[in-house]
Amino acid sequence: MTHPEEHAERAEQDDRVAQDDRVAHDRSAGHVVYVYAVVEAAAPLRDRLAALRGVAEARVELLSETGGDGDGSGRPGRLALVVSSVPRADFDEAALTRNFEDLAWLERVARAHHDVVGAVAARGTVLPLRMATVYEDGDRAGRALSERHETFARRLAALRAHAEYGVKLSLPPAGAVSRTAPAAPTDSAVPGGEGRPAGPGRAYLHRRRAQRQAREAVHAQAGPAAAALSEAAARHASEHVRHAPQRSPLSGPSQNVLNASYLVPDARADAFRAAVARVAERFPDLRVEVTGPWAPYSFAMPPSGPDPAAGDGPDEAGPAPAREAS
Amino acid sequence: MSAPHAGRYDDRHDLPYDGGHPGGYEDRLPERQVALVDLLDRLLSGGVVLAGDLVLSVAGIDLVRVSLRALVVSVGDETAGQDSEGRPA
Repeated sequence: MTHPEEHAERAEQDDRVAQDDRVAHDRSAGHVVYVYAVVEAAAPLRDRLAALRGVAEARVELLSETGGDGDGSGRPGRLALVVSSVPRADFDEAALTRNFEDLAWLERVARAHHDVVGAVAARGTVLPLRMATVYEDGDRAGRALSERHETFARRLAALRAHAEYGVKLSLPPAGAVSRTAPAAPTDSAVPGGEGRPAGPGRAYLHRRRAQRQAREAVHAQAGPAAAALSEAAARHASEHVRHAPQRSPLSGPSQNVLNASYLVPDARADAFRAAVARVAERFPDLRVEVTGPWAPYSFAMPPSGPDPAAGDGPDEAGPAPAREAS
Repeated sequence: MSAPHAGRYDDRHDLPYDGGHPGGYEDRLPERQVALVDLLDRLLSGGVVLAGDLVLSVAGIDLVRVSLRALVVSVGDETAGQDSEGRPA
């Protein structure tokens, strides 16, 4: 990616003045600053963002990097935050605690956040922020950005021309394994006593045993399948991370046993998908799902996980759990 | 290419993205809405966690994360939900 910073400099400075005016206005009107992502300030985003509505239907803006005293403006490779001014009443701590219990609200905000990040990712490298990161005002947000400039710039460079892909492995829902087996009767089972002639009860038990054995056979494939998938996927990825298996009403009836994300160079995306598909073909009883491309949500922090509270200190401070470079 | 699992189960919670094209992100934006569960995996446990002067972020609210785990997903906790029958009612 090129950095046509010089010719963009004046326009950005003008914009920043306008943004700061607006942020100040919004602050007095009971607004806070919702931050979606970090981007390179030179990324050609303005027209794209102008057409967007973000969280709470708010306009989406770029907030260029400044320290409280403007020390960031002269740096090479300047960064910017993608932000919206959102109502304080919906995003202060009490409201967020309440709203996060509301699945409809959560989904609305998550999808709005995702739409903004996706639009930005389409134009350049993006460093997504954790959902619902909110600052009192633009000055504080900009200062937080400047304080971690080096960390973010390094991470953006590492993520350039990469995308995240999800790979999930699931067991079929109970009852879906032996589709040839007749359905269990709705009345209660009659245990087949020894010596009694085969009857409906015994036949039922027989079917249940066959179903159980079929299911156990499928379960036994899960470990080898997960290992083969992980190996094949990691071969084409720069980094990978394992999410917790999905176990919730939202994740459907399948039993998820592997829920991983891979940071894949764009040039390897097809090879990555093909490798995963080849493994999936070896395990037809299991469900393999590839999602993506995603903006690199799962890889926004370096693999070795710097202290989130630290500034531009050493990044190699200690391993983050379940996170490795491939 | 089509996803390896295409059509195997009618599981509308986890619709795959299978309309990919090679090339940059712009060419590959999914046309189909992503599954909420996959999105929340990433938005609630991924992303940069900025700390310091901010009002708050999700990461700082233990209460939210605990109640979310029951409601939605096991948020970034590798040890939670390992019980194969642990799906909340």
